[in-house]
Amino acid sequence: MNERMTYDLVVVGGGPAGMAAALKARECGVENIALIERASELGGILEQCIHTGFGLTYFGQELSGPEYADRFIKLVDKTDIRVFTDTMVTDVSPEKVVTCVNKKDGLMKLQAKAVILAMGCRERPRGALNIVGTRPAGVMTAGTAQKYVNLDGYMPGKKVVILGSGDIGLIMARRMTLEGAEVKMVCELMPFSGGLTRNIVQCLNDFDIPLKLSTTVVKVYGDQRVTGVDIARVDEKLQPIPETIEHVECDTLMLSVGLIPENELTVGAGIPLDRVTRGAVVDELRQTEMPGVFACGNVLQVHDLVDFVTMESQIAGEGAARYIRGELSDPEYIRPETGFGVRYIVPQKINIKDKKDVKLYFRVGAIYNNPRVVLECDGQVLSSKKKIKVAPGEMEDVLIPASVFDSLTPESRITVRVEV
Amino acid sequence: MEKQLTCVACPRGCSITVTLDGDSIVSIEGNACPRGKKYAENEITDPRRMVASTVKVNGGKLPVVPVKTSSDIPKNMIFDVMREINRVSVDAPVEIGQVIIPDVLGTGADIIATNND
Amino acid sequence: MRYDVIVIGAGVCGAMIARGLSGLKLKTALLEKAPDVAMGASKANSGIVHGGFDALPGTLKAELNVRGTALMKDVCRDLDVPFKNCGSLVVAFSEEDKATLEELAERGRKNGVPGVSIIGADKLRELEPNVAPEAVGALFCESSGIVCPYELTIGAAENAVKNGVDLKLGCKVTAIEATEDGFVVTTSTGAFECSYIVNAAGVYADEIARMVGDDSFRIIPRRGEYYLLDRTVGSLVSRTIFQCPNKMGKGVLVTPTVDGNLLVGPTSVDLTEGREDVSTTLEGLDKVARLGGRSVPKASVRDAITSFAGVRAHPDSNDFIIGVSEANPRFINAAGIESPGLSAAPAIAERVTEIVEELTGAQKNESFDPVREPVFRFRHATDAERAEAIEKNPAYGRIVCRCESVTEGEIIDAIKAGATDIDGVKRRTRAGMGRCQGGFCGSKVAELLAELAGAELNTVTKFGGESKLLYERTK
Repeated sequence: MNERMTYDLVVVGGGPAGMAAALKARECGVENIALIERASELGGILEQCIHTGFGLTYFGQELSGPEYADRFIKLVDKTDIRVFTDTMVTDVSPEKVVTCVNKKDGLMKLQAKAVILAMGCRERPRGALNIVGTRPAGVMTAGTAQKYVNLDGYMPGKKVVILGSGDIGLIMARRMTLEGAEVKMVCELMPFSGGLTRNIVQCLNDFDIPLKLSTTVVKVYGDQRVTGVDIARVDEKLQPIPETIEHVECDTLMLSVGLIPENELTVGAGIPLDRVTRGAVVDELRQTEMPGVFACGNVLQVHDLVDFVTMESQIAGEGAARYIRGELSDPEYIRPETGFGVRYIVPQKINIKDKKDVKLYFRVGAIYNNPRVVLECDGQVLSSKKKIKVAPGEMEDVLIPASVFDSLTPESRITVRVEV
Repeated sequence: MEKQLTCVACPRGCSITVTLDGDSIVSIEGNACPRGKKYAENEITDPRRMVASTVKVNGGKLPVVPVKTSSDIPKNMIFDVMREINRVSVDAPVEIGQVIIPDVLGTGADIIATNND
Repeated sequence: MRYDVIVIGAGVCGAMIARGLSGLKLKTALLEKAPDVAMGASKANSGIVHGGFDALPGTLKAELNVRGTALMKDVCRDLDVPFKNCGSLVVAFSEEDKATLEELAERGRKNGVPGVSIIGADKLRELEPNVAPEAVGALFCESSGIVCPYELTIGAAENAVKNGVDLKLGCKVTAIEATEDGFVVTTSTGAFECSYIVNAAGVYADEIARMVGDDSFRIIPRRGEYYLLDRTVGSLVSRTIFQCPNKMGKGVLVTPTVDGNLLVGPTSVDLTEGREDVSTTLEGLDKVARLGGRSVPKASVRDAITSFAGVRAHPDSNDFIIGVSEANPRFINAAGIESPGLSAAPAIAERVTEIVEELTGAQKNESFDPVREPVFRFRHATDAERAEAIEKNPAYGRIVCRCESVTEGEIIDAIKAGATDIDGVKRRTRAGMGRCQGGFCGSKVAELLAELAGAELNTVTKFGGESKLLYERTK
């Protein structure tokens, strides 16, 4: 059963990132592609995201998650891309041997010329938070609750407190309300929500669900099932203020406190990660520090919108195609630097010999009203774009036009900063 | 009467105050751009929303299939539409785009499946 | 039903004792009030196999610790339980601490602990580069190690059952009536007669003893809180790092676990109410974080994947209470088993088995097999072993828990071996023990539990009783 197979490209993960990357690589002429998905269907997390709002940017339509995924599944079906479902990758080696297992084929070792990592991300659990008390049933991540309601068809709670106002938390506040649960409140540690404004209005305000900013859950009660939680306001250092502790009765605590790229395989392969994004360090083609291994989608950086995952993955798919054709030899890299207000930039490095338009994606560290996003090269302003508002919850981008690269040397310094 | 709205036209999320005299708008304040005014007018005169939920499937792989309204419906009818959605079931196989409830409650929107089962 | 012996309490001691008794020709029952074994202190402790230099010479703790630790390696091999003889260091931060090290070393010699030596700062740095630079020396104990306490309990209970013991879960003892030739034990699931009782009831051991008129000791429930850190920092230290006890207290330990995590704790607080109150507290966890950082500064709570608390059964006598009760010659206590109780468990089982053997005159059970069927663990297997396992059982080819690489096959094995809820599967397979804490696999484990029980998904619980995951269907 120890199957040995050779592929030009192995894509790890059959969600929106993996599908878009594989399709783009195929379109660019890569012939022998394997796409590996651990679930029994392609689509990834989109299968349980039944709300609408996907595809507004990419398709100009308001699709649900499964509908968005279906468009790509249909395209994959029309190609000769070899899809392995119910298959989990256990190792990616520096020699680009992808080891995976499934029930049918057993343990397989796929030798690839190039690999694209598209494993997505996972939710941050309770353990990472400073919530004390008991450990009863009824504490779950919003994503787990979403699966129970939308795929399994069961109510995971009746009286719900949600901690974290990320988009999944907001979406689940509405979803639980529609199914008859009482969502008591959404607590957010920060003084602002990490979710999209549209979701705050349509998921909370529409249903009179209070959003408590600068508030966190400090304690869980209940020996068997959750019976309640203590919430408290936090000070500027985000520390709970004891005098503000308040008890809230509930049977469910849902957590929507952040997403973490799922980089176990990346780390296992010895590929360096960015400390801030927790995804791989990549160049403008989304190639990691290990030549021929690419990364895209939420495993590279957590995105707000699937549309951007798709676009990023197409870059990786094209990059992998070029690598396989042997076009990516001898690059000369510069590393764009984060200036005031900017937490990180993807890609972390740019091949200045490629001389193509490069879009830098970044996030800011705080909310800024009426700022300018400034792109500088060696002290010279390349662009300065006025914005109404930038916020940590919304990914921003800035373009370096191809023409700039003619005058760049490996010593050149490119900086992105916020000007207020 | 005054109504407070948060504009969703862009990430800025302006707080808009709409002053009403009965059903008619007297003034709209707080919006930074014309899109905010348009948003506020729609929200006051005819607020509409998409609804997404699930419908019970008989004999499918999964117990429920996701559905949505084919177009937005009046906001005040969300729970009425939910009741209709909860009332029906559908026999497998279900195909994406399949109409489960045509013209739900006369809104002009169909309830359609958004996945296969 | 009449038994020769009823063992009350299926923690590590009760399970090991039951296994020991299954080596005799006796009809033995092991009663446990919880829905699974290892639900008390045995599932939430440091998992340390102590060298034995801590207990005062001449105490049962000292004697049984040294003996138990000597037995542990073979017991774990027989029961297919992870054990690592990693060694330990008691770290000194002052001259005063160094004097204490000398005392501990002397105690170790008196207790007969092998492989104890005092090392200087340089040697300490060489062994453990991540120990705080302020450390001035340490007591090095080569014989100590780490074990998975609940796996040891599960392994012992399974092996006891294999050798003929009746394990009764969800069976709470509510009354004991002494008769002429034994006892009638009344439980939540019916009454049982027996000739002898072994009391291994953990934090309730004094209550059980009082049921036969033994009022000779009190158990003080003592809570300890812990942080469990991610595997990414699991190799910060390769030995158990204790802090030198001083007037500030016993400090906390920082230790690798057999599963590659790093464990920091415990605190020590006597509970005045609620013998099983295993809730964590802000003060407790703060203290763990602060003290842990003192010996291993890089052991940061930022890497915590979970926190938990366990309650130890501290006896007012300060020593293990093992032997025939003064109140009834057919009632044997194995009580007050706090630290180093896990280390001592094999020796406690040996001692209690000897006592029962003497009292009953029972013959050896010739068909006794001390070996538990090895458990397939995907995460420990090589690619070749994995390929072979999947060929035999395709369910080993579907990974359910991605953090800990646990397969469907292992989960099904665990359910067939007795796991009835999410936490039971977790303790047997590690599904849900990893950094996402069951966020991904929890619902899949629930599906398997429901499927194998032929029940609806919403009947699945986290740990029995009313700890239900789900309410009714949405549609």
